[in-house]
Amino acid sequence: MTGFWTQAFTITRRDLLRERRSGEVLWVTLPFGAIALLLVPLAIGTDTRTLEAIGLGMFWVIVMLFGVLIAVRQTNTETQAQRDQVALAGIDPAAAYVGRSLASFLLLVVFETVLVFVTIVLYDIPLVGFEWMPLVILLVAAGLSLLGTLAAGIVSTGRSAAALVPLLVAPLSVPLLIGATQTFESLRYGRSSLAWILMMTIVTLLLGVAGVLSARTLQETG
Amino acid sequence: MCNTLRLVSGTSPIVDLESVSVRVGATHILRDINLSINGGDAIGIFGGNGAGKTTLLRLIATLIMPASGTATVFGVDVATDERYDIRTRIGYVGHTPGLFPEMTLSENLGFVAHAMGIDPEEADRSLAAVGLAGAANRRAEVCSHGMQRRAEFARVLMTKPDLLLLDEPHSALDADAVELVDALVARTLDAGGAAVLVSHDKERVLRVATEFAEIAGGTLS
Repeated sequence: MTGFWTQAFTITRRDLLRERRSGEVLWVTLPFGAIALLLVPLAIGTDTRTLEAIGLGMFWVIVMLFGVLIAVRQTNTETQAQRDQVALAGIDPAAAYVGRSLASFLLLVVFETVLVFVTIVLYDIPLVGFEWMPLVILLVAAGLSLLGTLAAGIVSTGRSAAALVPLLVAPLSVPLLIGATQTFESLRYGRSSLAWILMMTIVTLLLGVAGVLSARTLQETG
Repeated sequence: MCNTLRLVSGTSPIVDLESVSVRVGATHILRDINLSINGGDAIGIFGGNGAGKTTLLRLIATLIMPASGTATVFGVDVATDERYDIRTRIGYVGHTPGLFPEMTLSENLGFVAHAMGIDPEEADRSLAAVGLAGAANRRAEVCSHGMQRRAEFARVLMTKPDLLLLDEPHSALDADAVELVDALVARTLDAGGAAVLVSHDKERVLRVATEFAEIAGGTLS
């Protein structure tokens, strides 16, 4: 029997290996995200003030949609036979939850990092308070990956369809979305953004605790 | 009515099912099952499609919970969290391969080896033992069904379980691989373990089974 973190990292490594081979999530959605960011200016015109005002908001909305996509993908990646083998390899469901979340987290960080540069270029966003961007990117990625993995676990119970994933992820990710946008809004107007960062941190921690505590129950009903 | 199969060849059974029923929704998949399996037993369970064979194996593998009755495996009630501690002692080969298609056969076994703390080199050694040395670096998705099943037997060979559960073990296998299944069962029994083989192919299973039972409509006889 191996330790919790060894098991979690084994799951992370497996998920990243499968993603590298299939390229289904990152290499399909990254261009999609960039194109979506490009389409908005084409749709609303070249009013630079408007673009500057909505740019970061558009970025976070697309990040949220990517989080939904990862969660939907997770519901389809494992067959019952594969889940059985993972269980009989002695992997604690909580470790599997953490491992899968970690893999999603890394994919989200890559996605956010690439797209934030695309957003800055396309929308000519003033870089006020951007020293906070790495922290906010990490918090949003952590929150969305934990939430997405939890949602994937819930719908994997078979009592609801994978189509329900967006209905779970989208509303529950609102605190993260608001926290991310308001952090930079506050900084732009010279106010403290700590309250928003604290809110995102608490939401992320709560999601992590909920996911770990419910992992065994979700696996057994799956 | 209580359907009982009592096999007594030791004092502490590896598997002990007492009046166990399993339901999915309102449908009874298994009804009032009593089964005791001791070390050295190789039980063949036969039945047609939908008889409850796979559900019985998954119950013994601690992968599903009984709706009523008591199921203990290695002395652990499968309805408790202690089942997580005994799962690595169980080797289960389902009728559908559980390999990850994007990963090579070697990576698939390596994944299990890492999770269980087994030397990863054992993965390649086990693949070689089932005649898949040349296919170790081939992705599972491009392997035939028979090769995938062999790889699953290699996994069981690597993990050395005390309880071997085989679902339709002879399907999609050539003659050499059938011998492999027999050898795997014999090795498990020699080490003091037990095996359960569910199948609709009586002839082949009876070559290795020490006892057998029929299952129909979710009841054992």
